[in-house]
Formats: sequence, structure tokens, C-alpha cells
Amino acid sequence: MIKTSGLAKTFKGGVEAVRSIDLTVEAGEIVGFLGPNGAGKTTTMRMLTTLLRPTAGTATIAGHDLVTDPQGVRRRIGYVSQGGGVGPSAPVGEEIELHARLYGMGAAEARERVAGTLERLGLTALAGRPGGALSGGQRRRFDLAFGLVHRPSLLFLDEPTTGLDPQSRANLWQHIRRLREEDGLTVFLSTHYLDEADTLADRLVVIDHGTVVAEGTPAELKGGAGTLDDAFLAITGRSLREDGEAAEPGSPPGRPHGEPGVPDGRADEVPAAGRTLTRSGAPGGRAAAAGKRGNR
Amino acid sequence: MNAVRDTWLVTRHNVRIALRQKAGIVFGVLQPLLYLALFGPLFATIGTWETLVPGLLAQVGLFSAGLSGIGIVFDARSGVLERLRVTPARRTALLLGRVLGSSLTVLIQSVILIAAGYAFGLRAPLPGVLAGLALMTLLGVGLAALSNAIALVMDPDAFAPIVSTAVIPLVLLSGAFLPMSMAPAWLDVISRLTPFRHVVEAIRDLFAGHYATWTVAAGVAVTAILAVVCVAVGTRVFNRENA
Repeated sequence: MIKTSGLAKTFKGGVEAVRSIDLTVEAGEIVGFLGPNGAGKTTTMRMLTTLLRPTAGTATIAGHDLVTDPQGVRRRIGYVSQGGGVGPSAPVGEEIELHARLYGMGAAEARERVAGTLERLGLTALAGRPGGALSGGQRRRFDLAFGLVHRPSLLFLDEPTTGLDPQSRANLWQHIRRLREEDGLTVFLSTHYLDEADTLADRLVVIDHGTVVAEGTPAELKGGAGTLDDAFLAITGRSLREDGEAAEPGSPPGRPHGEPGVPDGRADEVPAAGRTLTRSGAPGGRAAAAGKRGNR
Repeated sequence: MNAVRDTWLVTRHNVRIALRQKAGIVFGVLQPLLYLALFGPLFATIGTWETLVPGLLAQVGLFSAGLSGIGIVFDARSGVLERLRVTPARRTALLLGRVLGSSLTVLIQSVILIAAGYAFGLRAPLPGVLAGLALMTLLGVGLAALSNAIALVMDPDAFAPIVSTAVIPLVLLSGAFLPMSMAPAWLDVISRLTPFRHVVEAIRDLFAGHYATWTVAAGVAVTAILAVVCVAVGTRVFNRENA
């Protein structure tokens, strides 16, 4: 469903947000995409969803080439961005109908599909409201509705439950699981919540400094001992990324290092910058990795 | 075909949104209406309503379409723009639909202003009025496209104050309030270099019932060129990745 090779994005000015991503996601999988703030998650997501053009590498998404056939990719995927896409003032139902029609559906088909999608997500009664009148959890379900209304075979979710209360999170997880079970939907989701990754994902991909540093099932990454948080911190270190970046604005992040799936096997190649604080376990490092809302 | 359909869908959506914001439409035309009511009677002692109203129309177009780009800032912030960019809709359609929606707002405001003008004493022939409205709509397309482009590039917080300030010399130089034939030579020259002078004078001719004049031809040509260039610039900026 997703196959990338050496996918990279260097922004103007030389910031290498993503250095080289090799990914394979099979149809029907739920894959969790993890990494500290600034690791390149959102940039990768935006490349995979055709919003950013990669500067190197190739990718086939849902059977279409990302670079040569972005239209083909767009038709087959759904995307829920970090901040969502519910406007504040127009009735959400109207917006979803436009959204559906932009996928080529006729008026009647779009209405039917919208009604079905809203019903499934328990949103029917709210369709007449403007986005500004919805709660965070309701808005997030509408975001999901936008991503699903055209029945994509692959859904990208960028931090879908950030800022939601536990009820809304559990509810959203339930919907995601059900979509996979009933429709065979493939889901690629990024998250900072490792419990979310643990319960929802079949397989995890951890990236750091713009490259994949570990990959496997939650159990494999945990290695039988400790929590996923421990494993994550062992893989990516404990330094606070924003602080490191603030100290050296625009400086490229560390070199790609380590073999995928081999946590911590890379200390020898790691440049000093951004790693000097690492092993001492800087206070607050854990919170930053696990709980903070991602930067954009 | 697809692009036309997408443009139509996005336009219709934006028109619905625009029509719902009745206060926005009224406030956009309120300032020219105040000029009409409180300055018009003074002007009418030395000139005609057929001269004044076209000037006020230019004011409507510049303010309303000129500031319309603010909408894209809100849509970018709320994620709506990105959500639409992930659909297979043509990028150009996403921009053009928005621009045509804004242009329709300009058209409605122009109709309101002309109707009010009639109440005060404007007596323009219907074909002239219709031709003037068509020109205003085209002007609205160009200005709205440009406004969207500027809004996408500029710091969003600076957009409204800067654009609304930049619009004032353009309105004054168009000879909206007093015809530039009264101006000293240097001011007349500067005025001729701004596109809106030509649009205003063309609409004045149209309102006077003079259709086949060079002034009208120049106004139509300037408006058409402005629209094409601005839409091209707008599309370019909008299509730029990560814009």
C-alpha cells in the first residue's frame, strides 16, 4: 500500500527535514509512525499525501507513483492533518458534501455517502452546525469523516488524538479499528502517545533525524522488558529536541545512524550536537517525548 | 472539463458562504454608500451622479475584492485549505472558485450602490449599467486573485492594515471622487499610470450612454489585462508547494 525508497525532503535554505525514508506498509495494516518532535514525521506525512514534493527518492502510494501521478494518489487516500480541516463558520455537512463532490461524486451520490459516513461516526445530528460550535472530539470525528467520505483504501492520520479527552480517544480508536475490520482500510498514523501506538498499531516505525531508526511490532520494540516509552527513549535518546534546535537555528539535525530495528547501536557515528545531554537523562525528557503536542 | 466542474463546485460553495455573511456584504458597501449620501449632494452641485457613482464603484471593487484574500488566511489557519489540497480537485479550481465567489460579492455590492445612486438622482441607461457591472465583475476577479496571492505571501496580521492603506491612494488616483481632468499635470500623469483610472473613466462613459469610445475600449482592455495577469500571479503563488 505504501512503498518508499530513499524519500527525502530538503527545504530551501538547506534544512534536511527528512533525509531518507524507506517504508513498506501492507494493505490492511495499521502502522504507527513515531518520533520525537522535529524528527520529520509531519514532513514525511505531507510528502506521502502529495502536499510536499520530495526532493529525492521514490514512493508508490496505493498503487500510484507519488511524483508522477499525485492525482492518482489523491483519489485513493484520505488524510487527517494534525490540526484538522474543519472550518469555523460554514455548516460542516455542507463542507463535507463539497469535499465528497471534489472526488468526482455526483450530487445524489455525495449526499448519500456523506449521510452514511456521518451516521457511522455518530455525527448525523451535528451536520448543520458550523465547525466553531463543535467540541474538540466532535471536530476530530468530522476530520475523520472528511478523510473517509470518498472511501479511500489508505488513511493517513497525523496525531489524531492529540488534545482529546480519554473518552474521545477511546471512541476514535474504536472507529479506526472498526474501519480496518469492516473495510480492510490501511491506516498510517503518527502519534506521540505511545499507549496509543501500543494498543492500536500492528507495527511501529520510529524515525529520528529524518530517517527510520527502528521498526517492528510493539512487542518486538519493547523487547520483553519495560514499556514502549522506555523503548522509545532508548531508541531516540532523552534530549529535548526543541531546545537543541533553538540553540542552533537552522542547523541540520544529526546524521542518519543505526540499523533499523537495532535500538542504540549508533553511538559511534552520532555527532555531538543534540546528543550531548542525551544519556544523563535530562529532566523532562520523557514528558517531551511522550506527551507534548507536535510542532508543525 | 474536470477543472470547470471543480471550479463551479468551489465557486458555489464560496457563494453560499458569502451570501450567508450578509453583514460582510453590507459593510463592504457601507463606506461608498456614505460617500454617496454625504458627499454626493455636494458633488452634484458641480458634477453629475453619472460621474460620481462610477468612482464609488471603483472604491467598492478595490476595498471589497482587495481585502477578500483575508479569507484564504483563515482557511489556511483552520486547515481547510490543506484538506482541499489533498482532494483530486484541480489547484486552479480551488483558487478560481474562491475568486469568483469574491467577485460575485463585488457584483452584489455594485448593484446595491447603483440602486442607491438611482434614489439620489443617477440616471444611467440600462445597457450602460449592465456593461459597467460586467466590467466591475471582471475587475473583482483580478483584484480578488491578486489579493489571495498577497495574502498567501504576506504576514497575515499585516495583511488587512497594509492592503486597506494601499487601496486609498489607488482610489484617489483613479479620480473616483473628482475627475482627474481637474488635476494638475503631474497628478494626471501618475493617475494615468494606475489601472483604475481607466476603469472608472470607461464606466463613466458607459453610464453616460457613450459605448463605442476609446475610453471604454481602454477601460475594458486594462481590466481584462489586469484580470489575466492577476489570475496568473494568483495561480502561481497558490500552486507553489507549501504556500
